[in-house]
Amino acid sequence: MSATGIGAAVRRKEDFRFITGKGQYTDDVIRPGETRAVFVRSPHAHAKIKSIDVSAAKKMPGVADVLTGRELATDKIGNLICGWMIHSKDGSPMKMAPHPALAAEKVCYVGDAVAVVVAATQAQARDAAEKVKVEYEVLPAVVDPARAKSGPQVHDVAPKNTIYEWSLGDVRAVDAAFAAAKHVTKLDIVNNRLVPNAIEPRVALAEYDKGTDQLTLWNTTQNPHVSRLVIAAFVGMAPEHKLRVIAPDVGGGFGSKIFIYPEEVVCLWAARKIGRPVKWTADRSESFISDAHGRDHVTHAELAFDANGKITAMRVKTIANLGGYMSTFSSSIPTYLYATLLSGQYDIPQIYCEVDAVYTNTVPVDAYRGAGRPEAAFVVERLVEVAARQMGIDPADLRRRNFIKSFPHQTPVIMAYDAGDYNASLKKALELADVKGFNKRKREAARHGKLRGIGYSTYIEACGIAPSQAVGSLGCGVGLWESAEVRVNPTGSVEVLTGTHAHGQGHETTFAQLVSERLGIPFENVSIVHGDTDKVQFGMGTYGSRSGAVGMSAIVKALDKIETKAKKVAAHMLEAAEGDIVFKDGKFTVAGTDKSAAWGDVSLNAYIAHKFAGQELEPGLKETSFYDPTNFTFPAGCHICEVEVDRDTGKTEIVSWTAVDDFGTVVNPMIVEGQVHGGIAQGVGQALLENAIYDNDGQLVTGSLMDYSMPHAHDLPSFNVGLTETKAPSNPLGIKGCGEAGAIAAPAAVINAITDAIGTEELSMPATAQAVWSALKRAQPRQAA
Amino acid sequence: MPAVSMTVNGKAVTGDVEARTLLVQFLRENLRLTGTHVGCDTSQCGACVVHIDGIAAKSCTTLALQCEGSKITTIEGLAEPNGPLHPMQEAFREHHGLQCGFCTPGMIMAALDIVRRRGNDLDERTIREQLDGNICRCTGYHNIVKAIAAGARAMAKGGAAQAAE
Repeated sequence: MSATGIGAAVRRKEDFRFITGKGQYTDDVIRPGETRAVFVRSPHAHAKIKSIDVSAAKKMPGVADVLTGRELATDKIGNLICGWMIHSKDGSPMKMAPHPALAAEKVCYVGDAVAVVVAATQAQARDAAEKVKVEYEVLPAVVDPARAKSGPQVHDVAPKNTIYEWSLGDVRAVDAAFAAAKHVTKLDIVNNRLVPNAIEPRVALAEYDKGTDQLTLWNTTQNPHVSRLVIAAFVGMAPEHKLRVIAPDVGGGFGSKIFIYPEEVVCLWAARKIGRPVKWTADRSESFISDAHGRDHVTHAELAFDANGKITAMRVKTIANLGGYMSTFSSSIPTYLYATLLSGQYDIPQIYCEVDAVYTNTVPVDAYRGAGRPEAAFVVERLVEVAARQMGIDPADLRRRNFIKSFPHQTPVIMAYDAGDYNASLKKALELADVKGFNKRKREAARHGKLRGIGYSTYIEACGIAPSQAVGSLGCGVGLWESAEVRVNPTGSVEVLTGTHAHGQGHETTFAQLVSERLGIPFENVSIVHGDTDKVQFGMGTYGSRSGAVGMSAIVKALDKIETKAKKVAAHMLEAAEGDIVFKDGKFTVAGTDKSAAWGDVSLNAYIAHKFAGQELEPGLKETSFYDPTNFTFPAGCHICEVEVDRDTGKTEIVSWTAVDDFGTVVNPMIVEGQVHGGIAQGVGQALLENAIYDNDGQLVTGSLMDYSMPHAHDLPSFNVGLTETKAPSNPLGIKGCGEAGAIAAPAAVINAITDAIGTEELSMPATAQAVWSALKRAQPRQAA
Repeated sequence: MPAVSMTVNGKAVTGDVEARTLLVQFLRENLRLTGTHVGCDTSQCGACVVHIDGIAAKSCTTLALQCEGSKITTIEGLAEPNGPLHPMQEAFREHHGLQCGFCTPGMIMAALDIVRRRGNDLDERTIREQLDGNICRCTGYHNIVKAIAAGARAMAKGGAAQAAE
């Protein structure tokens, strides 16, 4: 391993600009003549729009224009779409309601945009927005997914607010297995609604060049090409080649910046209409009511065992809240990214899962870090833990008894796990966490009046979200391969253009590590280019922990082609047969001789083309690859959480955290550990603190950072992180992906630990001090009896 | 519009602002110092922390006019233009104390204020408690805590009293 190659904890290339204030985030981009947009949003969860009067607003100082949904329709700007088709079990397609970028007829959630004010300054736009008069006829609202089917109808196309009633698995086989079971564990679970809260709010800046009829959008997006495709092909804003989307530095995404949102569509439309650049920057409070939320499942789950504690079947029924409209990938999250992971790390012969997706008068719900997989891991890991307690079996032992031990393993829910060693990560985690010493620690805690508990989560996830044929057969509207273009300059330095996008993951560093090692050139001589549809031809962006497994694999394939071509050039230079050229450590050598050419000489010769005839070998050194993997990847591991609960206040303190993950090949352990830390923090946030709460009228009660509890430094411990490794067989680097693991593993580990401490399973997320205290109070009379 | 004058990163600056203009708007829009960020509208996230006369403050909750005659230091002013990085900046890089980088300028400016108030020998608990006014969504704080402890120690070693401006 070289100092900057694969496996080295290289310090990040991108950091210098961020620690010196030189980052270039979307709001930092300022265009000449730029105007500012402020949206007028519905204060009602469900209402008909009777009239909108913009006359007073238009007269306000600095106002360039005030636009509404009516003009949007007149200009034939198309609706936003959901790009993953799900069919109900009766074969009918999902009920996708029209989603205009500005509501014209009715509003479906608090925050639904009805008009936009464009003015010279932010303050002027804000002042004018207050003058827009909207008359609403308020309708009754529905917010609770469990009651959606009997609530007021949100969209005409969806009777009983039902988007689909989907199922996976063999219900008869599962029912038969339950009938024969020796033990059944049942749980009712609410997977709490979360607000992603990337610290950079969303921003859209649009500019129209009349001379070239070209639109440019600077946008806080995780996937600029998908954004361009949807805005061109479905919204119909402009032909694809007349729309450029640039995603500069993006301040965190966690899924929330995957989607194509109304605001970017409106800014593009307004910029062309007004003839000046239009920028919209969200306030945090606006983010709360306009960024897609995450999770929000209501689930009943059952697990059947035989007399030996072997799992025989699982049965799950989930209601998934998709909010007021179907966001870009919303339909896939509670189906193919959820039910397909219900086998966990376990050999479960039969699984049946039903998912009903419903509309409610709430912000649309879509992917948030983990996206379906945290919900699945929570169901599986809570069921197994509770079952162990009910059957009096050590929870680690029950897991071991049921682990999948040979690969490949076909689960009953589509996925074919290709590699893993679940015993290895459990064993290492038990050692690192000193589980043997737990009882002693528990007794010590009791002496200080604290209830100490321990919880495991042996999670699995499916990452990469590919191959394209597989996701296409499941209804995905796009392919999920990745592209790479490797450009070698005459002087030997290299630019890699990738279709992935980084918003904190450090791709400029890790991708450069790969190129540096593979070509034997200095790490400093490699630049990674992403986030601009004018530079990178096409790409699918970054989500689903796919950039290493899929994006870097595309770079490997392009580098293979570069080596092949460079060897041809070297053969001409060294007057040897191409087959005799050996490339190693950045040097081309004729096998068995001391004749060699350095990397920089070969790259220069590729461009000056003096040593070969252009008819037999094209000059230049640039190669492209579109890489589609052969399978999803399956990162897995074991997280162990230890908590102490104050029995008088219910306050939980996480006193230790051990994570042992198998991510396959690790390119940069420093960055991988950072991803694990951040994921755990979001998972702990879900388990202990975070909850998006709507009142019955559809008002988001937790609508700001004053009310929505984000994890702070003092809410978390330091983390004890370890790794095991089985290579992913589905890509050439053996990478599985690490971006979501912590968020998937953590919630179950926390709740398993707290319920172990307090001795009752009746505890929902978030386990706030009040929730834990109440659970203790409810449990005490029974315990006394 | 009233005029306001202050010293920002050692340079005297003047600008005409509306009375309601926030310091962060003045820095970002008038002076184009975009290293100071806005992550919320309720003074919770701390992405906008700068130093006003040597003391950390949230520039999203300070009017530009309140800073008449003040000395402001932003993330852009921490290191000399062609000099080495400030030890706290260096520590964030060395300990991977940042991912997306958006909260980072505020984190570094807040960290320096912790050192000013609590000294160079900071334990984990102190750092975690003192970071209450800053939110990071990426790192889980683990490496930020390590970076601040190391940066504080490095400042003592390097005699880097420049932290106090």
